[in-house]
Amino acid sequence: MKPMLATKTRNHEEESISSMRPIRTRLAITVASFGAVLAATLLLAPVVGSTHVSIRGAFDRTIPFADNLDAQIFFIARLPRVVAAALVGGSLAAAGVVFQALLRNPLASPDTLGVSSGAALGAMAAITFHLDVPLLGLPAVPLSSVIGSLGALGVVYALATARRRGLSTTVLLLAGVTMTAFLTALILFTQYLADFADTFRTVRWLMGTLDVGGYAPIVAVLPMLVVALGLFASLPRALDLISFGEQAAASRGVNVVRAERMALVSASLATGAAVAIGGPIGFIGIIVPHLVRLLVGSDHRLVLPASILFGAAFLIACDVVARTVFAPLEVPVGVITALIGGPFFLWLLVRSSR
Amino acid sequence: MPAAVAFLAVAISRPGSAAPPQRIVSIIPAVTEMIFAMGEGARVAGVSSFDAFPPEVSRLPRVGALLDPDVERMLSLKPDLVVLYATQSELKQRLDRASIPYYSYEHRALADITSTVRAVGARIGSPGRAEQLAAGIERAIAAVRTSVAQRPRPRTLLVFEREGSSLRNIYATGGYGFLHDMVEAACGDDVFSDIKRQSVQATTELILSRRPDVIVELRYGDNVKVADIPREMQAWNALASIPAVKNHRVHVLVGDEYVVPGPRVADAIKRLANAIHPEAR
Repeated sequence: MKPMLATKTRNHEEESISSMRPIRTRLAITVASFGAVLAATLLLAPVVGSTHVSIRGAFDRTIPFADNLDAQIFFIARLPRVVAAALVGGSLAAAGVVFQALLRNPLASPDTLGVSSGAALGAMAAITFHLDVPLLGLPAVPLSSVIGSLGALGVVYALATARRRGLSTTVLLLAGVTMTAFLTALILFTQYLADFADTFRTVRWLMGTLDVGGYAPIVAVLPMLVVALGLFASLPRALDLISFGEQAAASRGVNVVRAERMALVSASLATGAAVAIGGPIGFIGIIVPHLVRLLVGSDHRLVLPASILFGAAFLIACDVVARTVFAPLEVPVGVITALIGGPFFLWLLVRSSR
Repeated sequence: MPAAVAFLAVAISRPGSAAPPQRIVSIIPAVTEMIFAMGEGARVAGVSSFDAFPPEVSRLPRVGALLDPDVERMLSLKPDLVVLYATQSELKQRLDRASIPYYSYEHRALADITSTVRAVGARIGSPGRAEQLAAGIERAIAAVRTSVAQRPRPRTLLVFEREGSSLRNIYATGGYGFLHDMVEAACGDDVFSDIKRQSVQATTELILSRRPDVIVELRYGDNVKVADIPREMQAWNALASIPAVKNHRVHVLVGDEYVVPGPRVADAIKRLANAIHPEAR
């Protein structure tokens, strides 16, 4: 539970050197290089898969779409998957950045704060109790997933701010751990109530999958993602100041409480939307922000966009592994990210406790 | 002398003794159905939380199921035979300690259904009725096979699990197990014959690339809402290049008999054959 002091002092030195370049130039370079990585994965991922697809055939306009197998595999099976992976990866990574800055703790993430579990419980309840009715034009599963993530974070936030203004980092993280355990129990109880077929479905759902089978699940959460991204765009300066301490931020004219609430709501929206698309895919919010900080330093004006781009590329790559390594069968993508993320998280623990 | 009589009495009631069981607790719905179909339902004292057929089981006490067997409740029913699943080793140990005999069951291939009927019949002391039942099932399956044997074998995808109105989390039968055998018996060519597993998680890419001529989707359990099925089936229309979708050969079969490998299997295969070969009806 130690704050990111080590990283910060080192990055300070880096910043004093690199800040000779204006921030706009550095932002342009960062976005261009991470954007190039994302563009490369976006182009390569749809070409790779368990079956052979002729790309020329897929774009052959002379064959009607309904008769064109290559086009159907490319546009219905693969492209939505890649897009889903990009959105989920980007959202979870951004949520990770925001939580870490806000709590001044390198181990904060949608997973450790109970936000992912809240989202998972919401979505699972919708599946188990067959809430197929759309509300306000949004399908039930993503909506209850967002409600779950906001609810979980609301409880954690209320606990941490109960006694005084401002957030207590330790309380917030401990509350998150407790919430995760509590919500996991509720998830298990929901499963217990479900009939056999539903139990099977929810177990599989909890492993995380990006085979969305079309664009509808993506379109359904797009409004939430747009709102979350809009809020993210307004955050970096406040996050930079808050990550040095709330009082320091307040003394520089940041409305700390308001900024914190905006940050929490946007990160919860992003997490809820991501979980609604792909299930609780773990560790993205931990791995990506840390790798990005190693590369670009700690300025949130750079870290946030870079994490979104890199998170998207990272999950696309994990999904390519998931669907090709045992083809034609596939490994749940959550298993792949956990296999990479688990050891990474432990390494981070050891490193930050030094 | 009284001591000897007592010893004899103990010896007779010991597990594995020849006396046919009179209080059977079955937590395997397929075996429950078999016992009732043999006409021995009166001897069933308790069933699993998933048993739904025949209707008589609704009056019987429930003792949990595969994942949550309620041992206490089971013991309170004083069973002299418990039918359980082969992997329930903890339950087996506890029954051993209570000296209650059990019959260990396992889902396998189609042919194992009738061999299970015969084995259960022998175990409960009704070999004659079991033979009659098993032979009847085998004759009925053979009749279905003959009725469609001359037909072309369309490439068939048998789906037993899918998420609501989407194409997500689709599970289909692989090249092994009674569902696969049912497809073959109904003269369908299982598209996943080469994947030697009981179930395959079928991604949209995998389904598109296998090009099934017929898709049959099974619906079962307590939560089937028949009115919602037509709407939910529209999800398949997204995969328009699949012959089954193009030629309107996507069917839904509703009922537990498709997933319970019991005495109703011949009937299930007949209706599956009707779905795969509507022209043969």
